[in-house]
Amino acid sequence: MHRPAKFLVALFCATALVATSACSAEQPAAENKTLKIVYQKTDSFTALDTLFKDAKKDFEAANQGTTVDLQPIEANDDDYGTKLSLALRSAETAPDVFYEDTFKVRSDVDAGYLLKLDGYLEKWSDWKLYNEAAKAAGTGDDGGIYAVPLGTDTRAIWYNKTVLQKAGITVPWQPRNWDEILEAARKMKAADPSLVPFNMYAGKATGEGTVMQSFYELLYGTDSELYDQQEKKWVVGSQGFKDSLTFLKTLYDEGLAVTPAEALDANVWKKVFGEWLPKGKMGATVEGSYTPSFWQKGGNYEWAGYADDMGVAKFPTQRGQEPGGVSMSGGWTLAVGADSKNPDLAFKFLSEALSKKNSLAFTVSGSQIAVRTDVAAEPEYLAANPFVKDVSELVSVTHYRPATADYPRISAAVQVATEAVITGALSPQEAAAQYDKTVKDLVGDAKVVQK
Amino acid sequence: MLPVVPSVLLILLFLAAPILWSFHASFTNAALTGRNARNPAWTGVENYVRLLGDSAFPAAVVLTVVFVAASAVVGQNMLGLLIAGLMTRARRPVAAVVGTAVVAAWVLPEIVAAFAAYAYFSKDGTLNQVLGGAGMAGADWLYAYPMVAVVLANIWRGTAFSMLVYRAALADVPQDISEAALMDGAAGWQRLVFITLPLIRSSIATNLMLVTLQTLAVFTLIWVMTAGGPSNASTTLPVLAYQEAFKFGDIGYGTAIASVLIVLGLVFGIAYVRLLRGDKR
Repeated sequence: MHRPAKFLVALFCATALVATSACSAEQPAAENKTLKIVYQKTDSFTALDTLFKDAKKDFEAANQGTTVDLQPIEANDDDYGTKLSLALRSAETAPDVFYEDTFKVRSDVDAGYLLKLDGYLEKWSDWKLYNEAAKAAGTGDDGGIYAVPLGTDTRAIWYNKTVLQKAGITVPWQPRNWDEILEAARKMKAADPSLVPFNMYAGKATGEGTVMQSFYELLYGTDSELYDQQEKKWVVGSQGFKDSLTFLKTLYDEGLAVTPAEALDANVWKKVFGEWLPKGKMGATVEGSYTPSFWQKGGNYEWAGYADDMGVAKFPTQRGQEPGGVSMSGGWTLAVGADSKNPDLAFKFLSEALSKKNSLAFTVSGSQIAVRTDVAAEPEYLAANPFVKDVSELVSVTHYRPATADYPRISAAVQVATEAVITGALSPQEAAAQYDKTVKDLVGDAKVVQK
Repeated sequence: MLPVVPSVLLILLFLAAPILWSFHASFTNAALTGRNARNPAWTGVENYVRLLGDSAFPAAVVLTVVFVAASAVVGQNMLGLLIAGLMTRARRPVAAVVGTAVVAAWVLPEIVAAFAAYAYFSKDGTLNQVLGGAGMAGADWLYAYPMVAVVLANIWRGTAFSMLVYRAALADVPQDISEAALMDGAAGWQRLVFITLPLIRSSIATNLMLVTLQTLAVFTLIWVMTAGGPSNASTTLPVLAYQEAFKFGDIGYGTAIASVLIVLGLVFGIAYVRLLRGDKR
């Protein structure tokens, strides 16, 4: 038994040696510098890939001896985040420039993964063109700026005009409170029982989609909130939380949303965009401002008629209280790795990748909301799709996630609560109580506030 | 005992380093992001104490044991033996066709097999269409019976391994003993229980050990088919460990769950070794 084992150990060591020497041979010499760029690419999301390919061509031509090594990760948002974090854990694998979700910025700054960009931004003339909200999105807890946003988004109600009109609802439709949503949904159900009148995501399968495109629109439209920004504490025991769960329960119990089984399929959104809305089998859903990117030419679910058939309305507050609407915003940024061996060159690449030309192309093809004022003023941006103006205006009523390091678990606890309610496992009161307990266990009694 | 030794040694050799690392990490607050990402602190048994108070944990242990018992010990193992036994008697072309069909599921990469199983069991999937064609109403299998679906999928995927092990073992059973027993008037089941099974006993133990360890670690299949849902109804320990370590970025807690999984594997392993030794007396 000993001989094969020894042989295997020897083989293993030899392989490891070869691997290390191969790695060190690739270390950039003085003039041959390599920048490693990591970003996300999927079948339906290629806008960023295009941006980086263009930027690479220009940058390599202008900086002789520099190689830009593009490493797209083909994965959904969650898995991309995981893979990126794993790469960032070690200085050897950390990229120089990477695509970073705004809600991960704070915790990744805490982890020491991101390079502080303040010194570079001062000297970058384009920085003053970014709007204030966008600048805040890349800010760490210490007030320094660590990431430059590519674009942002908002959430709204997307409805199929034909379906609403068949049920006798006049368009353009703008519900003023939650009851008017239920009222319209019931009308649609009565007109055609095979319809999904008004869908809102729920459950763990749709992940952040459940909270960003459903639960927070409800919660932030009540008098309660998820997190007390002043006290830096998580809110528990709020009436708004229970009311929001009750609203979801009503939607699902009355068959106004998709069936619970459909809601718990991680691919449900593909059916919403690809099948139900285009085929007039769904009245309305809550989705992001990027929605047209699926339907426009070159999108994943091309649908020529969307511009005429679809309408957009802002999500109302619970009883129509001020400010009359709710939206949630997220968005993605570019950041420089704290361990980059060529930080100056990395920032130079970042700033050129975000030039006006590149930003405009990305904003238009990715149906993003512009964060650069010069891009926002471009006719090409405003003409990108018929809904740009509507969804851009929602910035005035939008909210951002409290993206602390605890946030992913809190978000998961919210998703669990919605899942328990729509499947009938728990009542809204029980689910809210369970959520409160989970939050207290997670962050400790000192970091929660009863409201 | 002896036939199991090489496999145990190989597994130790190639898993020892990650296991040690994972075991060490389970006593820290290592995280994917946030303050503890690069400088984790030693927290002692805190993660294990938390595990005991976590309601998702006992449920995951039970589901893991059910999954292993139903899909590996009973499903793959018994079905593999049955198919191998039948194949020794079947005509050559029949045996070849059956063998190919069974092995086909096994040679697929796990992710492909997982998507195939998803496409089969999903609401508009093959199973429901076949049932619909026959005039029967299907169910939403992945939602209503998630554990049944993943157990069946794992039996489908893994039976080939047991079948191959048992075909080799049965081929080594000397014909003359069987024939002698036949002369003495032993019935079919008697020959199986008193002659064949004792002769292939060590293959059975090795096979049980390997399929158990493989099945304990099954992740992709479950993750693709149900992602542990609905409401944790199919969250086995590997799925739970993945969620904690990578979805919530809590590597310390995730590795603590993984360590429990390793202990569970050891318990199964020791049980099989004992079983084998006991038989030899």
